[in-house]
Amino acid sequence: MEGLTLSDAEQKYYSDLFSYCDIESTKKVAANGRVLELFRAAQLPNDVVLQIMELCGATRLGYFGRSQFYIALKLVAVAQSGFPLRVESINTVKDLPLPRFIASKNEQESRHAASYSSDSENQGSYSGVIPPPPGRGQVKKGSVSHDAVQPRTSADQQEPASPVVSPQQSPPASPHTWRKHSRHPSGGNSERPLAGPGPFWSPFGEAQSGSSAGDAVWSGHSPPPPQENWDQTTVRTVASATTANEIRRQSSSYDDPWKITDEQRQYYVNQFKTIQPDLNGFIPGSAAKEFFTKSKLPILELSHIWELSDFDKDGALTLDEFCAAFHLVVARKNGYDLPEKLPESLMPKLIDLEDSADVGDQTGEVGYSGSPAEAPPSKSPSMPSLNQTWPEMNQSSEQWETFSERSSSSQTLTQFDSNIAPADPDTAIVHPVPIRMTPSKIHMQEMELKRTGNDHTNPTSPLLVKPSDLSEENKINSSVKFASGNTVADGYSSSDSFTSDPEQIGNNVTRQRSHSGTSPDNPAPPPPPPRPQPSHSRSSSLDMNRTFAVTTGQQQAGVVAHPPAVPPRPQPSQAPGPVVHRPVDADSLITHTSTSPQQIPEQPNFADFSQFEVFAASNVNEEQEDEAEKHPEVLPVEKASDPASSLRVAKTDSKSEEKTAASAPANVSKGTTPLAPPPKPVRRRLKSEDELRPEVDEHTQKTGVLAGVLTSQPPLPRSVGKDKKAIQASIRRNKEANTVLARLNSELQQQLKDVLEERISLEVQLEQLRPFSHL
Amino acid sequence: MAVCVAVIAKENYPLYIRSVPTENELKFHYMVHTSLDVVDEKISAMGKALVDQRELYLGLLYPTEDYKVYGYVTNSKVKFVMVVDSSNPALRDNEIRSMFRKLHNSYTDVMCNPFYNPGDRIQSRAFDSMVTSMMIQVC
Repeated sequence: MEGLTLSDAEQKYYSDLFSYCDIESTKKVAANGRVLELFRAAQLPNDVVLQIMELCGATRLGYFGRSQFYIALKLVAVAQSGFPLRVESINTVKDLPLPRFIASKNEQESRHAASYSSDSENQGSYSGVIPPPPGRGQVKKGSVSHDAVQPRTSADQQEPASPVVSPQQSPPASPHTWRKHSRHPSGGNSERPLAGPGPFWSPFGEAQSGSSAGDAVWSGHSPPPPQENWDQTTVRTVASATTANEIRRQSSSYDDPWKITDEQRQYYVNQFKTIQPDLNGFIPGSAAKEFFTKSKLPILELSHIWELSDFDKDGALTLDEFCAAFHLVVARKNGYDLPEKLPESLMPKLIDLEDSADVGDQTGEVGYSGSPAEAPPSKSPSMPSLNQTWPEMNQSSEQWETFSERSSSSQTLTQFDSNIAPADPDTAIVHPVPIRMTPSKIHMQEMELKRTGNDHTNPTSPLLVKPSDLSEENKINSSVKFASGNTVADGYSSSDSFTSDPEQIGNNVTRQRSHSGTSPDNPAPPPPPPRPQPSHSRSSSLDMNRTFAVTTGQQQAGVVAHPPAVPPRPQPSQAPGPVVHRPVDADSLITHTSTSPQQIPEQPNFADFSQFEVFAASNVNEEQEDEAEKHPEVLPVEKASDPASSLRVAKTDSKSEEKTAASAPANVSKGTTPLAPPPKPVRRRLKSEDELRPEVDEHTQKTGVLAGVLTSQPPLPRSVGKDKKAIQASIRRNKEANTVLARLNSELQQQLKDVLEERISLEVQLEQLRPFSHL
Repeated sequence: MAVCVAVIAKENYPLYIRSVPTENELKFHYMVHTSLDVVDEKISAMGKALVDQRELYLGLLYPTEDYKVYGYVTNSKVKFVMVVDSSNPALRDNEIRSMFRKLHNSYTDVMCNPFYNPGDRIQSRAFDSMVTSMMIQVC
């Protein structure tokens, strides 16, 4: 979009609006309810709003970034001014009034009541909560997400909406057309205070500190926040002269944050009496000044409060004016900024808060507040005369929509954020987990799967929402959800990338991270595609092992066993202990006897690890069948006790590849301690074998046999010939395994060469094609 | 459009002065300052007559090539000086009068505020907003 030039007022107004809408402080306003409300409050036709959204690029992006939001606001102003909506109109239209967001009760309450209630619920709107009377209360300023104003019986709302913030103020001046209705359609109740900032009484001290915050909240000058109801205004009543009557009270039927509750009113009246016994009389300015000075508010603010409350500008306060002033002081004390214009509920016309009769009259008038609101803008130039006309308009103030000026203070917003927080737990949950950028089809597929699974909050498909299917509102809602879901999506994407990582070859770490980053709302991620075979030498060798037909006739005795058999090798550090895993021939080994333990310690002269490896390899071979034959040979070969035992074990175990495999490593690693169960049966078998094997002068035999096979093997003081035989058998098996592996290696090499050749050919082809592409 | 609005106290010190943000606002201040002499001259000229008959609106104090300076004085010798852009031909005397009237009313409201001490700088937001409306809108 073209650059957007904003005047200072506009800039401020827009930033406030953006802050208001940016409840999540993500700097990206998802077209959530607030924005929706805002645009709805702009009272533009749906198609215009859609057009605006389109123009500003929100639909493209799926959310309202700051620039998009500003552009959208500008377009709203353009549309409201009657100019055609065009991209160029943003900057070409000069002196554009600030966009006005008005929520007219009449047209909205009926139409949006239901939707608002739901929206408000969804958007965590809060009913305004007016602090109870005297004493301190906190009226939270909240924004109720509905403009719909139901004709509340509460008189306050129906107050003669004196031209509060009249849009008549020159357009550039922020048209404080705030309708502060946060009428909660569902009856809003006061019982819905801001979750976070519930009404509470705070002492003066706090109030003082809060006042500064309140300043930000009430930007008297800043553009009024969107109409979205700023409802909850927690006002800390300042029990200046009196001890606070700490009653927590929430606004009754109305969500008007400025409404004075009965208790408050009573308190105010009492205070008034202390100054002026006659309730119909006036409080002179000086007395009022003294009184309010006690509140310890800055003089400037007191001055402003006076300006607001002294309705007839006579320098004296009537009871109503006094109550209004007091209420404003309380609000200010509680941290709420002073409005630019007197809230309608505080208008001196307000005689009785609970006077429904007045409400009735005023309802109708307030009902069409929208129209007057529209009219005023046209006569904004006359704003300066507002003050003068006010007294006259007091009578007809009902015709004027009172706009309580809600400052889009960051304070209020922050409060909202904490309260409204709602939202999307996903956003809060997402961590900034690093995203693995490994491109992979599986990855993408998973991401898509996940996204589609989380459609409702899925930002990936924001644009997929067809406006045709949705009303503008819904569309905006959905787009809003996208925006809100965007953040979630980010999490999702990150989680997606993570969860898909496991699919990546061997990345367990990321898998773990993805799980942590996954939002709870994520549907179970699609089952990861089958893990591609990692180029595990072991596993592949295992596979290859199967592919290789182990010649049985050979003295495989597990010799064909591939190196994979080695992996299970437990603790190579262990001295080749008693555990002896020998590639025992399956046939030869029949009886499983737990002899290995016995034999293990007896075989100090077992072969070293290399020997075991051979044995292990041989053990792996599941087709070992001649192990038994080798036993006699291998047994005597046993050297070290451990190696011998392990060899034996391995030797005996020819039946189960796993066992041998397990035993093989066990052979190598085991020390004196017996190996894991797998080896045990092997050991048992070995034992039987051992028993079978004659005890021969294994030592010499072993050494003799081993000499050729084993490189550096300690002499095996083998007392049992079986060890030697076992060793020999294992040696043979290992040899066979070697041959097999060598064969495998050669084949793989050949394959590699082939693949390389193919690659070269493909590259050549690519090069050939490339010149053509460059043409 | 008023480019500068000033409220001068009786003692000829400014209670309120505000200009349209430009690169050289000082010149407006200078113009207002120099216009005070003209104001004094005008009131002293009429001073012989009954003060009551003196019209509050002083009219064009003096024109420059780019701006015109209008003056208005209250009965309490509080002066309002307004500098308007000469390029705006539509700005008629009536409009200036109305603007001064608004200024006066706003000033009165400020005075009515018990929290305002006469002689202090005017910091009323309502007053500010009113002046802003005058400055921006009348263009």
